[in-house]
Amino acid sequence: MITNHDIVMIGGGGAGLRAAIAIAETNPNLSIAVVSKVYPMRSHTVAAEGGAAAVIKDNDSLENHIHDTIAGGDWMCDQDAVEYFVNEAPREMIQMEHWGCPWSREPDGTVAVRPFGGMNIERTWFAADKTGFHMLHTLFQTSLKHNNITRYDEWFATKILVENGRCQGVTAIELRSGKIEVIAGKATIMCTGGAGRIFPFTTNGAIKTGDGMAMAYRAGVPLKDMEFIQYHPTGLPGTGILITEAARGEGGIMLNKDGYRYLQDYDLGKPLDIDDPSHPVKKSMELGPRDRLSQAFVAEREKERTIPSSYGHVVHLDIRHLGEKKIDKKLPFVRELSKNYAGIDPVYEPIPVRPVVHYMMGGIDTDINGATSLPGLYAAGECACVSINGANRLGSNSLTELLVFGARTGKAAARFALEVPHPDKNSLELQTADEQKRITRNFFRKGRGTERIFSLRKEMNETMETSAGIYRSGKSLKETCDKIKELKDRFVNIDLEDKSLNFNTELTSALELEFMLDVAEAIAYSALKRTESRGSHQRSDFPERDDENFLKHSMAYQTNTKPHIDYKDVIITKWPPGERVYGKEK
Amino acid sequence: MAETMKLEIFRYHPEKDNEPTFQTYEVPFLEDWVILDAINYIKDEIDGTLSYRWSCQMGVCGSCGMMINGVPKLSCAVFLKDYYPDKIRVEPLTGFPVERDLIFQMDDFMTKLTEIQPYIIRNKDEEKPLDEGEYLQTPAELARFKPYSMCINCMLCYAACPVYALDSTFIGPAAIALGQRYNMDSRDHGRDARQELIASHEGIWECTFVGECSAVCPKDVDPAAAIQRAKVSSTIDWFKDVLIPWGKKK
Repeated sequence: MITNHDIVMIGGGGAGLRAAIAIAETNPNLSIAVVSKVYPMRSHTVAAEGGAAAVIKDNDSLENHIHDTIAGGDWMCDQDAVEYFVNEAPREMIQMEHWGCPWSREPDGTVAVRPFGGMNIERTWFAADKTGFHMLHTLFQTSLKHNNITRYDEWFATKILVENGRCQGVTAIELRSGKIEVIAGKATIMCTGGAGRIFPFTTNGAIKTGDGMAMAYRAGVPLKDMEFIQYHPTGLPGTGILITEAARGEGGIMLNKDGYRYLQDYDLGKPLDIDDPSHPVKKSMELGPRDRLSQAFVAEREKERTIPSSYGHVVHLDIRHLGEKKIDKKLPFVRELSKNYAGIDPVYEPIPVRPVVHYMMGGIDTDINGATSLPGLYAAGECACVSINGANRLGSNSLTELLVFGARTGKAAARFALEVPHPDKNSLELQTADEQKRITRNFFRKGRGTERIFSLRKEMNETMETSAGIYRSGKSLKETCDKIKELKDRFVNIDLEDKSLNFNTELTSALELEFMLDVAEAIAYSALKRTESRGSHQRSDFPERDDENFLKHSMAYQTNTKPHIDYKDVIITKWPPGERVYGKEK
Repeated sequence: MAETMKLEIFRYHPEKDNEPTFQTYEVPFLEDWVILDAINYIKDEIDGTLSYRWSCQMGVCGSCGMMINGVPKLSCAVFLKDYYPDKIRVEPLTGFPVERDLIFQMDDFMTKLTEIQPYIIRNKDEEKPLDEGEYLQTPAELARFKPYSMCINCMLCYAACPVYALDSTFIGPAAIALGQRYNMDSRDHGRDARQELIASHEGIWECTFVGECSAVCPKDVDPAAAIQRAKVSSTIDWFKDVLIPWGKKK
C-alpha cells in the first residue's frame, strides 16, 4: 500500500517537528507526514539538558557568537552557514517562547541566559536543566494543532526510494502489524539524529543508531566529516548519562585524584578561586571547549592522576560549593541523576565523571537549505552536516541548530514539493516488494548462521572505542576498518529467534545494527584518511593541524568495497583560520 | 556463577497466544543494575523474542513504564537491589490493551492529549510579532505552571488510576495536568476552549481524588492537584454563570 504526502519527515525529534510546523504554518494545504520509530516525545532531543545558544543580551553580539562557533569548530565550519545560523538563532528562540517553552526567567520577566564552554559571553537560554525536554514537548504539543500533519508513530523507516533520479519517499515497517509500506513524498527530510550507539559509552539513547545517515549513504549521498565525534567530558561512568555543561557554567570545577584542578596544566588558563566573584571565567579552565577537556582527561589518565572505578577511570566534577539552594534551582536534574545513577548527592559529594560519546559533528552532506545531492532528499539536525559544527561543536549550539535548520529545511522542501509531479506509484510498489524480499531473505530465511546481534554490536562498540576514540592513529584505524569489514561479512549470518511480525524488536535491532555498521565504516575510513589533528579528531601520529591539505570536508561515498573518500573546500568568508585560544583573553 | 536474581515476565504474543503467560528468567545480580538493565540482558543473552520499549535510560523519555510487582514504575529508574533477593514480577502497565509482551497500546492517550489542546491559544489581538521579543513572565508566574510542564507522558498515572481502569472515557491525570499546564500559563488565553472537555462528564468530575496518580508520578507533577484545582475553578465558573450571570467570566 502507498500513502502519499507532499513532504515526509523521517524522525520526530526537534528538527523533524520544527520542520513540520514550519511547513504547516507557511502552507496549510500541504500534506505533511512525520514518521518516527518511537512516539515523537521519546526522541532523544528530550535528553538535552543545559540549553540553547542565541544572542539576546545587550552585552553580547552576533559577531561574538559567530567567532566562538568558528573557533570552537577549529575552522572547519562553513562560515556562510554559521552566519545565517547565528543571525536566525534569536528569532527561533523567541518563537519557542511564543509557543510556550518554559524558559527560565530573570526577576523582571525577561529570558535568563547562562554561560557554556567556549563562549566569551553568556548566551545559553535554558529551562532549568531540562531544556531539550521542554523544547521537544513544546514542539510536539504545538504540532498537535495542525491538522495537515499526519503522524506515523512507531513506524520504522528502512530505505530511501529513488525513482526518476529523485527521492520519492521511504519504505517503512509499521511495527504493530509488521507490514512494509511506502510512505511516498514529493520531498523527504531526514531528521533521525546521531549515532552515538556505535560506541560503548555514550549519552545517547538506544534509538540513536544512525538510521537516516545510513539510508542516505546507501542511496549514494555522501556523509560529510564523519571522523569528528564529540566526547562530552562529563558523563557518568557505566551508564554514560550526561551531566550537563551547565554544571560548570554555574561554577562547577574539575578535580583529579589529588583534588587538583588539572585543567590548568593543559593550556586552558589559570584557575580563579571558587569564591572569587569572577569565577567561572568564560572560555577558560572548566569553560574550555569539550574536545580539549576530553583530551585533557586522557592525558591525566596517562599520568595516573585519575581515579579508578568499576567502569574505568574517572575524575571529579565538584559543585558542592554552589550550595543546595542553587543546585536545586539551576541544576535539579543533575542532582536527581547523580543520586539515582551514581549513588551520590552532589550537594555533599563530588560527581564521578568521564568523557563519553555525545554528538556527531558529521552527517548527511547538505547545503545551507538542507538539500542533499539527491533531488528531493533533505536533512536537518544532528543527522545532517550543514556544517556549523566543524571539528568540534560548541555546547548549546545543537538545540538551536535543530530549530534554525529544521525551519529552513522544511520551507525549502515545501518549495521543492510544489514544483515536482506526484510520485511514480507503480515503480514505488515494485521497489517495496523488493525491500520486503530483502528483509525476508536476510532475516527470516530458515537455516541461517549463528551470529548474534549482541555479539556483533559489542565487537563494533569495542573497536570504535579503542581505535576511533579521543585519540586515534593510522595503525589503530586500519585495524578498525578491517574489523568493521569483518563484522559486515559476519552480519550476513545473523540469526533471529523472533520470526513474527507484530512488534518484532529483534528485527529492528538487527536493522539498526546494519545501519550502524555502515555509519561506523564511514567514520573509520574518514578518520584514517585525515592525517592531521583538528578539534575532536586527534591523530597521535599526526599531532598538528594541517590547513594546507585538510582545511576540507571529508566526503564518504559508499561503494561495493570500501568507501571512497573525497574532499570539499570549507567555505571561509570573513574569518581566516587562526589559533584557538582559551584562558588567555582579558 | 555469582549471585543471581529471578524475573518473572509477562509474555503475550497476539499472533500465537490466546492468553498471556509468565516466563521466569535468571539474571546476574549487580548492585548498580536497574530493572531495565536486567531486561536488556535477557533480550541480548537469553531470549531475543522479548519485546518492550526503552530508550534514554535516564528517566526522561518516558518509554519504559512497566508494572513492577504490581506498582507502575519506570524500569530504568528502579534498582534490582531494592528487591533482592526476591523474585520480581514484571508486567505491562495496566489499564491499557496489551500489544505484545510488555508493550501496551497508547493510542487512547494520544487522542486525549490532542483533544485537550496542549498548546498556547492566544487572543488574536494579543499576538505580537517575533521582532518585538519575548512575552514577559516573572519567575513567580513561571512557577505556577512549571510543575505541570514536567510530565514525560510515561503513563504511570493512568496505570495507577482506579477511575481510568473502570472507565476509559475518563480523560485521565496526565492529559488534565497538561491542560492545566497551559491554563495556568500567563501567556495563554485558551482556558475556555479547553474547559468544555475538562469540565465535561469525562473530565475532572469523574476523578474520585484517590491521589494514586500523584503517588506514582516519577516527576512530581502532582496531577491530582491539577484535577482538584480544575474542579475549583470550574465550580467558580458555574457560580459566575448561573448565580451571578452579570459577573462575566474571562
